[in-house]
Amino acid sequence: MSEKLAIETQDLTKRYDGVTVVDHLNLHVKENEVFGLLGPNGAGKTTTILMLLGLTEPASGTARVCGFNPTRDPLKVKRLVGYLPEKVGFYENLTPRENLRFIAELNNIGYAEANSRADEVLEMIGLTDRANQVVGKFSRGMKQRLGIADVLIKKPKVVFLDEPTAGLDPEGINQLLDLVAGLPKMGTTVILSSHQLYQVQRVCHSIGILSEGKMVIEGSIDKLGREALAGGRYRIEVETAQPGPQLIDVIRGIKGVLSVEAEGNVLTISTESDLRAEIAKAVVQSDAPLIQIRVQEFSLDDIYMKYFREG
Amino acid sequence: MRAILRKELADYFTSIRVLVLFFLILFASAAGLFAAYQGIRGGGAGEFVFLKLFTTSGETLPSLIFFIGLFVPIIGIALGFDAINSERTGGTLSRILSQPVFRDSVINGKFLAGMVTLSVMMFAMLLLVSGYGLRMIGVPPTAEEIIRLFIYLFLTIIYGAFWMGLAVLFSVSFRRVAVSLLFSLALWLFFSFFILMIAPAIANAIAPTADGSTAEIIRNAELRQMLLRFSPNTLFQEATTVLLLPVMRSLGVITMSQAAYMIPNPVSLGQSLTLIWPHLTSLVSLSAVCFAISYVLFMKQEIRPT
Repeated sequence: MSEKLAIETQDLTKRYDGVTVVDHLNLHVKENEVFGLLGPNGAGKTTTILMLLGLTEPASGTARVCGFNPTRDPLKVKRLVGYLPEKVGFYENLTPRENLRFIAELNNIGYAEANSRADEVLEMIGLTDRANQVVGKFSRGMKQRLGIADVLIKKPKVVFLDEPTAGLDPEGINQLLDLVAGLPKMGTTVILSSHQLYQVQRVCHSIGILSEGKMVIEGSIDKLGREALAGGRYRIEVETAQPGPQLIDVIRGIKGVLSVEAEGNVLTISTESDLRAEIAKAVVQSDAPLIQIRVQEFSLDDIYMKYFREG
Repeated sequence: MRAILRKELADYFTSIRVLVLFFLILFASAAGLFAAYQGIRGGGAGEFVFLKLFTTSGETLPSLIFFIGLFVPIIGIALGFDAINSERTGGTLSRILSQPVFRDSVINGKFLAGMVTLSVMMFAMLLLVSGYGLRMIGVPPTAEEIIRLFIYLFLTIIYGAFWMGLAVLFSVSFRRVAVSLLFSLALWLFFSFFILMIAPAIANAIAPTADGSTAEIIRNAELRQMLLRFSPNTLFQEATTVLLLPVMRSLGVITMSQAAYMIPNPVSLGQSLTLIWPHLTSLVSLSAVCFAISYVLFMKQEIRPT
C-alpha cells in the first residue's frame, strides 16, 4: 500500500437549495486501498462521489482525483475513474457484450481491444455464458454484476462503487467482495459506499463515516475500533465451565490486566496488551475447564453505532 | 459523439417503433398515390403534372401532402419524446456521463440520429412515390419539379425536426416518459386541430363582421390567418401548398374583384420561394429554438443516478 493519495478533498461543500448536503468534507484515500464510505441515508455519500466524478459542481472547496481537479478537468478524471451507480441501468435491448462495447467505444477503445476486454471482464464476473442474451432478460443481481464489468472494462485507476452488493444473492456477494478485494493488487483504488457494515469490514482497509455531510471519523478499522470502543485497550473474553471467585482474583493479579467482569460463564477482561497466553494458563491452573478464549474484534457495527449514538 | 450517434442510429433502425413508423409512411405513400391516381384521371393534364402526384386528392382519399403533414409530427414526436428521460429512468444516463464524453455530445448525438432517421424516412417516401408515380402517369418530372420536391423534402424534415425538438425538450424537462409524450401530443393536437376552431372564434370576437362591409371581412380574415400562423402546422401547410401548387400566387386575403385580374398561370420557383420564405425561416428557427432550449436545460441539469 503506497502512501500516495488517490483522492484528496479540501473543505468540499455542496448545497442544494440552501441545504448543505456535504459540509467542508476532508477526505483522504490512499492509492491502492479499499476505502469504505459509510453513513446513514442522506449523509451525502452519493453527492460526494458525484462531485469527485465531476458530475456535479461543488459549492466551494476543491477535490483532487488522481491529481486532477474533477470540476476543471472532468474528462481527464472520467478517463481514469469508473463509477457504478446505486441503480445501474443498461440498454435492455442489447446484449452484455454490446453494452460493454458501447462503453469501451465511449472511452476510445478500439473495436478489437474492446471485444477482448469485454470477454475478459465477462469472465471475471462469470457471465460469459450469457454474453449473447439481451440484458432485458437479466435478473437484478446479474445486472449488478454486469455493472462491475462495465466499470472494469476501461481499466480504471479509481473505482467508485455505490451499494454494489444490493440485490445480490449471498454467493454473488461473496464473489463480488472477492473481486473488490483483489482490485488493489491490479493497481485500482476502490471507494465502496455501502450500508452493509459486515461487507465493508471484510474488504475495506480504511473507512470514513459521513453524517450530515461531515466526516465523523476516518482511518483504519482496527485502530478506530480500539480507540472508539475500548479506549485503545484489548478486550479478551474467556468462557469456562464454572468460573470461581478465586479465578477472577488470579486473573486480576496478572500484570497488565485492568479489569475483569463476570457475566454467567463468560469473563470479559480488559487489558493493555494481548495477554491471552497468560490468562489461559491461569484458567487451566485453576482447574476450571477452559471452553474458549478470544480477543474481542471490533465490529464495524459497534463503531458505527457508537458514533451515531453520540451524534 | 460518433459512438453515441452510431448507437442511437442502430437503436432506431432495429426498434419496432421505427418499423411501425416506416409502415405508416408506406401506407401514407400508397394512399396518397391511390388518391392521385383517382384525382389525376379526372383532372386531366396541365403543367406540373408530376407535382400533382403529391397534391391531388381522390374521391374520398385526401392528398399525399395531407397525409405527410399529418404523420410527420407524429414521427417527430415518436423519435424524440423519450430521448433523455428514458435514459434517466433506465439509469443509463449517469453511466454514460461518467464516461469521458462531453455532456452535449449525448443530446447532439440523439438529435442528429433522429434527424438522420427522419431524413431517411422522408427520402424513402419521396423516392417511392416518385418511382411509382412515374410508372403510373408516365410523365417524367421537369427540373423545376425536382427542385420543388427537394425543397419540399427539406421543409418536411425541418418540420419533423421541430416536433422532434419539442418532444426532446419535454423529455429533458419531465422525468416521466408518459408526461413528455402527453405534453407533445397535446401541443400537436392544439396546433393541428384546436387552433382551427379557436382562431375564427377569436377573430370574430376582436374583429366582428357586423355590417358585412368588405373592409371588415378582410380585417376578420387577416386576423384569423395571423392567429393560425402561430401554429407551425399552418406554416407547414401553407409553405407546402405554395411549393407544390405553383399556381398559388398569394397567401393573403384576395377579394373577388382582385381575383378577377389574376392570370391563372404558375409562378416561377423564385417567386414561390419568396412567398414562403417567412414560413421557411420561422420553421427553421422554431426547430433551432426548441433544440437550443433543450440543450441548455440538459447541460444545466444535474444527473443523479436515482
